[in-house]
Amino acid sequence: MQALTNRAKAVDRRPMSIWEKMYLPAIAKGMMITLSHVVKKRPTINYPEKQRPFSPVFRGLHILNRDAEGRENCTACGLCAVACPAEAITMEAAERQPGEENLYREEKYAARYEINMLRCIFCGLCEEACPKDAIYLSETFTPADYQRKQFIYGKKDLLIPHPLQEPEAYKKALGNRAKKETVN
Amino acid sequence: MLLAISLALIIEKFILIAVIVSVSLVVAMYATWGERKVAAILQDRRGPNRAGPFGILQPLADGLKLFFKEEIIPNFSSKFLFVLGPALAMLTATMTSAVIPWGDKVELFGREISLQIADVNIGILYVFGVVSLGVYGIMIGSWASNNKFSLMGGLRAASQIISYELAMGISLIALLMITGTLNLKEIVVQQQQGGWGGLLGWNIIKQPLGFLIFLICAFAECNRTPFDLAEAENELIGGYHTEYSSMKLGFFLFSEYINMFISSVIMSTLYFGGYDMPFVDESAFSPNIAALIGVAAVMIKAVLFLLFFMWVRWTIPRFRYDQLMRLGWKILIPLALANMLATGAAILYFNK
Repeated sequence: MQALTNRAKAVDRRPMSIWEKMYLPAIAKGMMITLSHVVKKRPTINYPEKQRPFSPVFRGLHILNRDAEGRENCTACGLCAVACPAEAITMEAAERQPGEENLYREEKYAARYEINMLRCIFCGLCEEACPKDAIYLSETFTPADYQRKQFIYGKKDLLIPHPLQEPEAYKKALGNRAKKETVN
Repeated sequence: MLLAISLALIIEKFILIAVIVSVSLVVAMYATWGERKVAAILQDRRGPNRAGPFGILQPLADGLKLFFKEEIIPNFSSKFLFVLGPALAMLTATMTSAVIPWGDKVELFGREISLQIADVNIGILYVFGVVSLGVYGIMIGSWASNNKFSLMGGLRAASQIISYELAMGISLIALLMITGTLNLKEIVVQQQQGGWGGLLGWNIIKQPLGFLIFLICAFAECNRTPFDLAEAENELIGGYHTEYSSMKLGFFLFSEYINMFISSVIMSTLYFGGYDMPFVDESAFSPNIAALIGVAAVMIKAVLFLLFFMWVRWTIPRFRYDQLMRLGWKILIPLALANMLATGAAILYFNK
């Protein structure tokens, strides 16, 4: 029969020679193969102790950014919600009251900002659409949960810790993907 | 006096029995851990490493798990025999350790204590007798389960052990013709004399083929891969222990490891000089130190054999049943017979 590819191998049905019938040489050969794996490198990473570094282009959980003084960047312009192909983002705008200048950077802010993590496809278009550097995707996964409603992340889940009040938590949350200098 | 039994002797023997049984239990426990580690290493994995450093508490966790699991005795089983099966398996597994010489004598409290529970002159026969009883545990347990797969596993185990015991016995006859004794202690003492640090006195030099046959049969007796047809998971679910749960299952699995340990010790006693440490002159030390060295020698040899058991398990696939029977009856028994005849001829020729 014509072979379709040159990878086909004919089955060898010759009776075994005495050497093969003794089995022991073949067994010794097999044992040496397994023994050689003793010195091979283990590909496993001891997960909780050691974590594989994320790729620099990895897109994970969203973060709502603050500026260096701890004021929220977001002005609730809605560009991210428009850009979102999965329609995962909703928000409600509110006007900054006098005396709230230390909370919000500009006159308008997002009173409610929600991302449905079950809808989100982590494409990063919100990050690209944002003119204020208010949102970016970090290097963490969305944690698992038992209820669907827990996956609708509000402002308290998304907002980065305050840089002056909790500097360590801020630094940890900042990650490598945040722009180092926030543009005004 | 032949039957001079003092209280001190009874206490001494009780302590010795307690120590030896608990040591073999601990070794068997850690053999389960070692098995998983060896498997992991041979397969480029890491193995248990969560419970304690290097996972050394893993056997404790496994044991606790087995103890706390629900114990199910099936309604359709024969209850008394169902309990008897694992009990018998465990009992016979630990009984064999009685005649093994674990070392020479130690001197404690002005008494000379032999590190052998019973120095009987039919040591090897006793071992064979008890090991043959081991199959009853499997047979009774599997039959009492009233499960087709269990019964098939049990039948496989029984026929396999019976077939391989023949070849094992015949290969041993050749060894016994050389040693001229059934006493395990004397067999060890004989092996201590020999050139090149005592290595050349070992029976493996005189009986290489006999040892090979004995080794293969020991694998079959312990139901270890490549002869683990009695518990072939992909054919028989769990084999003879399909219906077992909780610690009764634990006892079945555990007795396999104890058997493995005991047969490792027996192989090192019969063919590798037992408690004879090569290149070390035991008479240069005080008796207690010499005995310690002897115990260490036995343990090292046994652990090496255990590692070999595991190495083979994770390398060689299981035999098909007809292959198993052909190997046992058509290859090993004729080979063992030929080995026995050749040994006899050599003894006659050289001793004339």
